[in-house]
Amino acid sequence: MSDSNNIFTKFKNMPVDGIVKTVIVATALCFVCSMVVSFAAVNLKSIQEVNKTIDKQKNILQVAGVYHEGIDVNKTFSSFQPLVVDLNSGKFTDKFDPSIFDDKKAAQDPLLSVSLENDPASIGRRTNYATIYLLKKDDGSLDKVILPIHGYGLWSTLYGFIALEDNLNDIFGLQFYQHAETPGLGAEVDNPKWKAQWKGKKLNNKNGELMIQVAKTQKYKEHHIDALAGATLTSNGVDNLVRFWMGKDGFKKFLNNLKNGAA
Amino acid sequence: MSQTRKQLLVDPLVDNNPITLQVLGICSALAVTSSLSVAFVMSLAVIAVTGFSSLFISFLRNYIPNSIRIIVQMVIIASLVILVDQIIKAYAYEISKTLSVFVGLIITNCIVMGRAEAFAMKNTPFNSFVDGVGNGLGYSLLLMCVGVVRELFGSGTLFGITVLDPVNNGGWYVPNGLLLLPPSAFFIIGFLIWGVRSWKKSQVEAREFKIQSLEVH
Repeated sequence: MSDSNNIFTKFKNMPVDGIVKTVIVATALCFVCSMVVSFAAVNLKSIQEVNKTIDKQKNILQVAGVYHEGIDVNKTFSSFQPLVVDLNSGKFTDKFDPSIFDDKKAAQDPLLSVSLENDPASIGRRTNYATIYLLKKDDGSLDKVILPIHGYGLWSTLYGFIALEDNLNDIFGLQFYQHAETPGLGAEVDNPKWKAQWKGKKLNNKNGELMIQVAKTQKYKEHHIDALAGATLTSNGVDNLVRFWMGKDGFKKFLNNLKNGAA
Repeated sequence: MSQTRKQLLVDPLVDNNPITLQVLGICSALAVTSSLSVAFVMSLAVIAVTGFSSLFISFLRNYIPNSIRIIVQMVIIASLVILVDQIIKAYAYEISKTLSVFVGLIITNCIVMGRAEAFAMKNTPFNSFVDGVGNGLGYSLLLMCVGVVRELFGSGTLFGITVLDPVNNGGWYVPNGLLLLPPSAFFIIGFLIWGVRSWKKSQVEAREFKIQSLEVH
């Protein structure tokens, strides 16, 4: 006891600006602070992960039109079947566990993604594998398909989902869960009234050509979504990213396979 | 100690407000005031950080070597900010998404550093804590004032509840888009400073120069 007391008094009596004391104070402080920070990070991580998962699930429920305030997200989400799709072959793959596969990480991994030459959505690299969600009817037949989409708007990359009806051509809904577009202008992609326009629009025409379009002027009623007023670049971004992901470099092959029962 | 604790708490609200008088912490006041609920969480975060950083720095004030005092203050403030950020991410995920980088930027908020350097290094821990909370409250008060104006006239809502029915949803109110953009906070803060200084004349600064009258020689 007296020994530790000695060290303490010795420390106290050191000149405050001396090198020894400076080093001791700096080291001790860094040690304590790093302990506090890592303790918090490690202990709160599981709660944060749960939040992130629930948030993503909630968005999938919203785009599929089954979300209401106060429902049990986890339980409702269990009726959705996550599957990993190989975008190059357009077929399901069992190489990865769909419950933990991370599309965003895969898009950064040179082994799991390709660099795009034709890149209208400005995403740089496209993952070769994407997690999609199937919602089945009670009798086991397909109800809706939910596909992840993303692309660059004006300020930020918009991440979202698009839900398709069982004929794989009619859009049920579109929803972005992460973006940083201008509030009041580009951020109106979150406006329920604008999103409601997507319902019932058709991706392709009878010949299978991709026709869906976000534009100011209407060419074909069944393929047209009104651009956002005052947000031309965000609207162009949404147009590009939807056309990219629904096109031949995106999910087109997979959707055709799924339609023909070959996925 | 001439100041009582009550003064320490109340003074920064209007008489010595960190934003209107000292014009500190403007950056985050521009960024997080477009919606009230976000501004509210940001306020709580700043109050917690200014209060506790002042407390801890004041505890250590006799041991902090002068040569590295700013770094020591920064380490303490940064640790607290990371702590607050982690807690918000865990318990208020929706709001943490909108606040994104701005919680982290509390580290560089001049109010926190200012109180640490100007007050906590020279005063007892409890007084420093009160002073920190007071300044945090002063910052919050202004944040909320700006937030009310921006959210009400920018999107017609208060705390997300529709007050003025906007045209986009079939109502009558045409929202003022400028108020949703950061520069509008500059105008509002400017008007607030003008208002406060007309009310409390003592805050008006002496002119640094005199405008010459035009004379023909």
